[in-house]
Amino acid sequence: MTTTAGQHARATEQSRGAEHTGASVDLLGLRRRFGATQALDGFTLTLEPGELVALLGPSGCGKTTALRVLAGFETVDSGSVLVDGVDQSRIPPQKRDMGMVFQSYSLFPNMTALDNVAFGLRMRKVGSQERRTRALEQLELVGLASEAAKYPHQMSGGQQQRVALARALAIEPRVLLLDEPLSALDAKVRVQLREQIRVLQTRLKITTLFVTHDQEEALSMADRVCVMRAGQIEQVDTPSTLYAAPATPFVAEFVGTMNRIPGAIADSGRVSLLDSVVDIRTAVAEAGGGAASFPTGTPVDVLVRPEGLAVTPSPQGRGIVMTTTFLGSITRLGVLLDEDVVVYADISNAAVAIPTGSAVEVTLTERSVMVADRTGSVHSVPKSVPSPVEAQAPEH
Amino acid sequence: MVAIGEVDALFDTQEAVASSPRPWTHGLRRIAWWRGIVLLCTGAFFLIPLYAALRFSLEGVDGGFTLSAYTAIPSQAGFTAALSLSLRLAVVTTFITLFLMVPTTVYVHLRLPGLRRLFDSITIVPIVIPPIVLIIGVLQVAPTSLKSTPYLLAFEYTVLAMPFVYRSLDAGLRAIELQTLVEASRSLGGKWVPTLWRVIVPNLRTAMLSATVLTVALVLGEFTMASLALFQTIPVWIYQFAQDDGHVSTAVSLLALVVTWAVLMVISSFDLRRIRRMAQERKEA
Repeated sequence: MTTTAGQHARATEQSRGAEHTGASVDLLGLRRRFGATQALDGFTLTLEPGELVALLGPSGCGKTTALRVLAGFETVDSGSVLVDGVDQSRIPPQKRDMGMVFQSYSLFPNMTALDNVAFGLRMRKVGSQERRTRALEQLELVGLASEAAKYPHQMSGGQQQRVALARALAIEPRVLLLDEPLSALDAKVRVQLREQIRVLQTRLKITTLFVTHDQEEALSMADRVCVMRAGQIEQVDTPSTLYAAPATPFVAEFVGTMNRIPGAIADSGRVSLLDSVVDIRTAVAEAGGGAASFPTGTPVDVLVRPEGLAVTPSPQGRGIVMTTTFLGSITRLGVLLDEDVVVYADISNAAVAIPTGSAVEVTLTERSVMVADRTGSVHSVPKSVPSPVEAQAPEH
Repeated sequence: MVAIGEVDALFDTQEAVASSPRPWTHGLRRIAWWRGIVLLCTGAFFLIPLYAALRFSLEGVDGGFTLSAYTAIPSQAGFTAALSLSLRLAVVTTFITLFLMVPTTVYVHLRLPGLRRLFDSITIVPIVIPPIVLIIGVLQVAPTSLKSTPYLLAFEYTVLAMPFVYRSLDAGLRAIELQTLVEASRSLGGKWVPTLWRVIVPNLRTAMLSATVLTVALVLGEFTMASLALFQTIPVWIYQFAQDDGHVSTAVSLLALVVTWAVLMVISSFDLRRIRRMAQERKEA
């Protein structure tokens, strides 16, 4: 019975997916101020049909505001929102055909899972029999057809979010909006659900805007990631480019773990640090907010990822291992260098173990690096060190 | 770092606490004792007048026991009409109150959250202003057509019930994720009326029942306004009839109390059953 329903659901979804190509979305020059806070400051972003773009940034950077503007729940002071080239400014939320999954559990508590999923179809005056069939198909799609008769309070958080996803997909939205839908879930369910969302989104080819403050989610799910700060876009790029070639120090430090190591500009576009002289890939003046050209001898900060450093035990080494964090296949060492700078370096667990308190030599393995003008006294302390639990989360 | 001696001392302390005669349970017993006394005094305060009324209503002319005061109630002039009017007013007032207050309170929560304190203050006004002032003011300005109908009282009672109803609904709305539910409904194509009717109202059921209970209780017990507007509701009838036959009047008072209590219990039980079922389902889940 379930298998038949599942096959039917897949067939229907495939036939729908074949004709569904998603809508293009243009957010053009959006500005929105809340009192003294400029939530959006000339925000411009384009989503190609069928693309999943993640808005990533710290709290208060304006990512949720941008999503709510697209949904029609917020107005803008200036700028426009186009879906398939049509201006949405005068279209109320209920007529925009956008499915939305919220951060908090948003299922209607008075309705069963089936009724929740069928709600959007009911609002579209779809007949009761077809409504029921289509709602069941959507529940089958998220693997919850057997829970159709349950009320939200009888389901777990993960199940509720899957029903919410089915409900958003049931109306065959032109754009799917995900407002931190995984943040209330535990780590294991979060990983499962994000994979499920990605598979469905790819299969159904729905243009999707996904808001998150979790870089791991953004990098693992999105076609492109838009990193935001203070209402503005810092960089929009594919996850791999964002990680390998961040455009700004903010992106470099916000995405992944990044060390700031003191160095000095050598001649002919090179920088010296840790007894090495390497090419400068990008030079950025943080104060000026853009590319920079530093004169020879200028003290700068060199931005290097933990995997760009090598650590070897050495009694005469310049560093002392302060912390070791087991991360599955690697161990991350926190090494105290001169000038009170702590850098983080990854070593393979297959290599020789380096205990805390050991004297070590730290060397650079990258051939080109990003440099930024020296901003302050604190040069390192990366913003995020994945916990062992996160690193070892089962992937299924 | 805790020294070994300190750890031992810690265990010693715990053992000492475990082996002591649990002084905190004495405290609890003392609280329970005082709670019992307070409960007894409060119960006596409420029950003694009721007992006196019951005894008086059951007392015959010769001082013996009789149910004549109760059996005579249905045949008393004006009783049925007064009871009917009170019940109709309860229904109409409840309807008007919920019809006006549910959308208003939802609107305040969604669109004017900054004005919630102001609304809290405004809704207290009917409690501060004496009912006699309200009814005299209304009788001065109300059109004759409205003054001639007892349903004028329904509008007055709506104002009187506002503080209780607003607070019930306010508490109910605070307990649900209103903004998220509304936005979820609207993103799925729900306009305002379907959103209110299918999403918000069902989730405000407990709050609305609470508001209904308070409104019905208020309407069935209100005397001043009905009396001054010259309409004979049950409280007015009891007062007037008490001058003719004190025994029957007292019997009616007690019956009114029992009936009102029964109505409120029935209304409350609607939600109680649902709450128990949900609690059971949660337990099973």
